[in-house]
Amino acid sequence: MLKIDNLHVRVAGREILKGLSLQVNAGEVHAIMGPNGAGKSTLGNVLAGRGGYEVTQGSVAYGGRDLLQLEPEARAAAGVFLAFQYPVEIPGVNNTYFLRAALNAQRKARGEAELDSREFLQLVREKLKGMQLPPELMNRAVNEGFSGGEKKRNEIFQMAVLEPKLAILDETDSGLDIDALKQVAEGVNALRDPKRAFILITHYQRLLDYIVPDFVHVLADGRVVESGGAHLAQELEAHGYAWVRERKPAEAAA
Amino acid sequence: MSASAAPFVESMRAAALPASGIGWLDAARHEAMQAFLSAGLPDTRNELWKYTALRALEQRGYSARDESASTRMIDEGTFALPDIEGTRLVFVNGVFRADLSRLDDLPQGLSVQPLSRALVENPEPLRFLLSRHATEPRDSFASLNAALASDGVLVRVAPAAQIEAPLRIVHLGAQAEAAIACHARNFVELGEGACLRLIEHYAALGEHAHFTNIACEYVLQKSARIDLLALQDSAVGAALFRRSDFHLHEDAQLELHALELGGALARHELRIALDGDRSRAQTRGAFALRGRQHVDTELLIEHHGRDTASDSLWRGVADGRARGVFHGAITVHPGADGADAQLSNKNLLLSEGAEIDTRPALEIHADEVKAAHGATIGQLDEHALFYLRSRGLPAETARILLVRAFCAVALSGVEPQALREHCDALLLAHLPRENAQ
Repeated sequence: MLKIDNLHVRVAGREILKGLSLQVNAGEVHAIMGPNGAGKSTLGNVLAGRGGYEVTQGSVAYGGRDLLQLEPEARAAAGVFLAFQYPVEIPGVNNTYFLRAALNAQRKARGEAELDSREFLQLVREKLKGMQLPPELMNRAVNEGFSGGEKKRNEIFQMAVLEPKLAILDETDSGLDIDALKQVAEGVNALRDPKRAFILITHYQRLLDYIVPDFVHVLADGRVVESGGAHLAQELEAHGYAWVRERKPAEAAA
Repeated sequence: MSASAAPFVESMRAAALPASGIGWLDAARHEAMQAFLSAGLPDTRNELWKYTALRALEQRGYSARDESASTRMIDEGTFALPDIEGTRLVFVNGVFRADLSRLDDLPQGLSVQPLSRALVENPEPLRFLLSRHATEPRDSFASLNAALASDGVLVRVAPAAQIEAPLRIVHLGAQAEAAIACHARNFVELGEGACLRLIEHYAALGEHAHFTNIACEYVLQKSARIDLLALQDSAVGAALFRRSDFHLHEDAQLELHALELGGALARHELRIALDGDRSRAQTRGAFALRGRQHVDTELLIEHHGRDTASDSLWRGVADGRARGVFHGAITVHPGADGADAQLSNKNLLLSEGAEIDTRPALEIHADEVKAAHGATIGQLDEHALFYLRSRGLPAETARILLVRAFCAVALSGVEPQALREHCDALLLAHLPRENAQ
């Protein structure tokens, strides 16, 4: 589904990703872990198409297409979803209105019929079940005045409605208390599907207690330095990121 | 003293009205014309005209009247507003059109008359209104208006009358053989405890470059309340100068919504005098400009009475090479203790060539005053734009959504909903499509 090959990315003239490679297949859940400044969020932003990121080398193929050539909205229509680390407050834009406009824009781009307001509200009601998101938030402006946890759950709710093929969660666990973390994890687990892939970008192993990944990758200094199964996260938790850094030169020497 | 040979001044001089047969009126008009001719047009050394230069206007001459104004075929759809029926006065290129107006079945307590008719039927009660210097301080455009306005609207609401269905005053600028100068004088008085909804609508039929000069005076007696929507959607080539003076007595209330969309050069000077104790004014407004439009709003609020309140929220959006000007000046005069004055003006520049000048000013000469004012000029939030696009909204849609949301505060409170949505749609129509910058 997604094949990142030797990706080099510059932000404000500084090279952040330095040859990152990663392959993600449908149905898989990949966790990207790493210390601050390793380039985790840069990866999410580049995949979603945020401006200000200059790809100097490498490629990203998504469903056989060159993802980097697509506008952000075209990526969304093609099934890429980024749950933001810092969801943006948009005063004056109603949450429900926005989400319906977004869903219909995607459907239109894919040549599917748009949903009328009745169909859409039905979908919202269905997706809200088990989301622990106060329904009145739907009638407020996008993320405006939401608590930190509400913003993150709103991201997961949007994901549930938009039903992406590739969901990238950028530190969705940061700033959440344990209850909110569980709710977010439940939301994600409910969406796990053989046709859908997840990339979980996280600093801590905590989230992975609730969303068990198929693969864990350690990102350091702009590239993947170690990959493994879910157990790798536990080892990282036990030994810290320094452990990976210490091991790597040894392996290189061996 | 500016060059009196300028085409604008000459064309105004030539437009002097013929003798009306009413001595005091002719004298007042003559005096006003002399005042205009000696003052000329204001220049940018005048604080209130700092950002609006009139050099281009000065070089234009206008026809005194549109000879076909009373017979032009006008499609009523041109000025239709959703869910708004009932009493209306329609002026086409400055001329009252009885055939397009609806003045039958006036609600009890509402009296509405075109000025031209009142001057023929019973001019004497107008003597004080038209011969005194009603709009003080009188500037060049007010003088010109006093000299040349032969029509307009007189509205009186009887004490305690509650006029729920909105009254509409439509000024339609219609394409003509030449650029026309139109002047209108409106006077609206609400008796004690009276209530009125009023819509001033400036609409366009076809492209034209007319000059329109409107002076409106509103007097709200004790506990009266007016709810005013001023919808300015003139032709993009038009020059439009409006002056609105409000006088609020004790416990009177003004609720204003102003939308400025049209005009090559449009200026609205709003002077709100909170004379009576506990009188209150709430103003909301927005402009959305594109191309080379120049639109200037001067909001001048004077707190005189005790415990008076003003609350103003204005938004501006400019694209292309447009220029927007907002000057919001609040003065709390000695004795206006307990005044509450809030003013916020936020602006959005959509292109590099656009310019917005905003000047909030606050002067306080009283005690126990609560006052806050602020102004900002910014650009669309790139984070918000990316957020919307990352959810699938095309860039253009996302941009428009953000601009509409930005302006929404100015339309909030416009009733009925269909009218608010119509205003929103007009605003939307004025927003630029993705432009090649």
